Amino acid sequence: MTLDRRSFLKLLAAGAGAAGLPMIGRAAEIMPKKGRRVIVIGGGYGGSIAAKYIRMLDKTIEVVLIEKNKQYVSCPFSNHLLAGYIKDLSSLTIGYDKLAKNHGITMVYDEVTAIDPAAKTVTTKGGSIAYDKLVVSPGVDFRTEEIEGYDDKTPDIMPHAWKAGPQTILLRKQLEAMKDGGTVILTAPLAPFRCPPGPYERVAMVADYLKNNKPKSKVILLDANPDIVSKPTLFRKGWEMYPGLIEYRKAAKVTAVNNQAMSVMVEGIDEVKGDVINVVPAQRATALMAGAGLIGEDKKWCPVNATTFESTLHKDVYVVGDSSSAGAMPKSGYSANSEAKVCATNIVAAMNGKEPIEMSGINTCYSFLSHDEAISVAGVYTVKEGKIVGVPNSGGISKLDYSDAKVEAKYANSWLKNILTEMST
Amino acid sequence: MSKKWSTLAIAVGALAMSSATFAAPSPEMLANACAGCHGTNGGSAGDTMPSLANQSEAAFVDAMMKFKSGERSSTIMGRLAKGYSDEDIKAMAGFFNKQKLHVTNQMVDKKKVALGAKLQEKNCSRCHLEEGKEGKDDTPVMASQWLPYLQMQMELYASGTRKMPDKMAEKVKGLSKDELDALIHFYASKK
Repeated sequence: MTLDRRSFLKLLAAGAGAAGLPMIGRAAEIMPKKGRRVIVIGGGYGGSIAAKYIRMLDKTIEVVLIEKNKQYVSCPFSNHLLAGYIKDLSSLTIGYDKLAKNHGITMVYDEVTAIDPAAKTVTTKGGSIAYDKLVVSPGVDFRTEEIEGYDDKTPDIMPHAWKAGPQTILLRKQLEAMKDGGTVILTAPLAPFRCPPGPYERVAMVADYLKNNKPKSKVILLDANPDIVSKPTLFRKGWEMYPGLIEYRKAAKVTAVNNQAMSVMVEGIDEVKGDVINVVPAQRATALMAGAGLIGEDKKWCPVNATTFESTLHKDVYVVGDSSSAGAMPKSGYSANSEAKVCATNIVAAMNGKEPIEMSGINTCYSFLSHDEAISVAGVYTVKEGKIVGVPNSGGISKLDYSDAKVEAKYANSWLKNILTEMST
Repeated sequence: MSKKWSTLAIAVGALAMSSATFAAPSPEMLANACAGCHGTNGGSAGDTMPSLANQSEAAFVDAMMKFKSGERSSTIMGRLAKGYSDEDIKAMAGFFNKQKLHVTNQMVDKKKVALGAKLQEKNCSRCHLEEGKEGKDDTPVMASQWLPYLQMQMELYASGTRKMPDKMAEKVKGLSKDELDALIHFYASKK
């Protein structure tokens, strides 16, 4: 049993406490609540936007944004580091000073250890904070216990690089250190996972690095899914610019890893060795969410009201971003951004005694195939019969003939600039 | 709208929610979803993406309707525009029109700006009012748009991918590539 599994169970037990059992040794209250207050947990693509838009819509509501780190590194575009299109992660890194100042958001840089939906408090290492409404946008945890041999050393040996930062840098360094003629193994877990096009973009980014630096090498993608999850036709065509460098294996779920032998086991029988191995485990909502009793019957994701993103399990707690079950909206950065605005709008409506407003959401995702070629998927979302669905006859993917790939890369760069500016100012 | 409401009534019933109705999407609900690409309140920080802030309502509606029908070619904009009703598009147009002009600080060529000023006055000012700070009918506000975005649009016009309005085509016919470039620099410089 791994450390992750243990801490997960521990938090599950803590959740039972939060759900009703008497609390022993309640943390000291910090920042006593005066007026109406919303706490937002997580300063990523969802949380930063929820905090900002609540303040933009109603300046009389106090917003406290709790985030563990002083800086945030964007997952979208982090594959660029692997290809070498960027030399470091500075263009993907944002802070919160301007956001806090421009909108009057109170920043708390601390780690949340528990949510108590009954008492309406959030406990951090520094103490407990009360809320009227809570937005949680915590990202994902890895279901490492589903991979035999995966222990707390594995991420240092076989980085997932599925949360941008040191993991991304580590994977890049491993690629740089690899001899020409080596084998890079990438893995994709069973859907749904964060960033559906991510693994397929990553293959292209690694292949581009190999093409220019280590042309005798190859990259193998072991995909647990029966086929490419996102834009299959477009990705297959895109990969053609790296002949002989990419090997794609579908229905190839990694069931075990061997840190010492530098190998992974596919479907329990087929051992594949690599010089660089990138293991991306399957995902679920975070342990914090499990502890708060916010995860649904699937034991993976947080069910929410499709119009407001309020948890269907606990009143006044809202979940946006990758941890939520958002129907047809994919687990992407843009979805989190859009969901956070829908949620903010409906929180402000509810706090002012108004009826909920029908949701309207957007997702746009760009994936690069080379430094100046990208493809996209886009969609507009609404609610039908209580579920988030794509608006019929809208949305879709890039032209199959690739004729827009260069101009889409230009738009993609502005996508990044605008969405990170939204989050940080 | 009535069809939408009946669907919603079913949705509400299925969820057994306490509140009886949802309000139709507000202009903010619709328009804020665009901001991930076009910037908060339509003020773009990305230089290939147009700002929508302060855009003329008629120009916004015209562009969106053409994206929706496919008359104006696009990458993702047409795919997204198809997701909105004509009323939705009008609501978004109203929202963006109310926003303050997004002022960009770009590197522009002063000589080109000076030449552009003269050319604008002579050729474009009857539709692009107030040095491009105001639209007229479906003529868009041009002031402070990003140079790379404007250059991309001029390339689309030149290649015939984007159809130029007849009145504009008449004027552009007599202008050289350098003169068109000067005009773009002029509009980009306006604050």
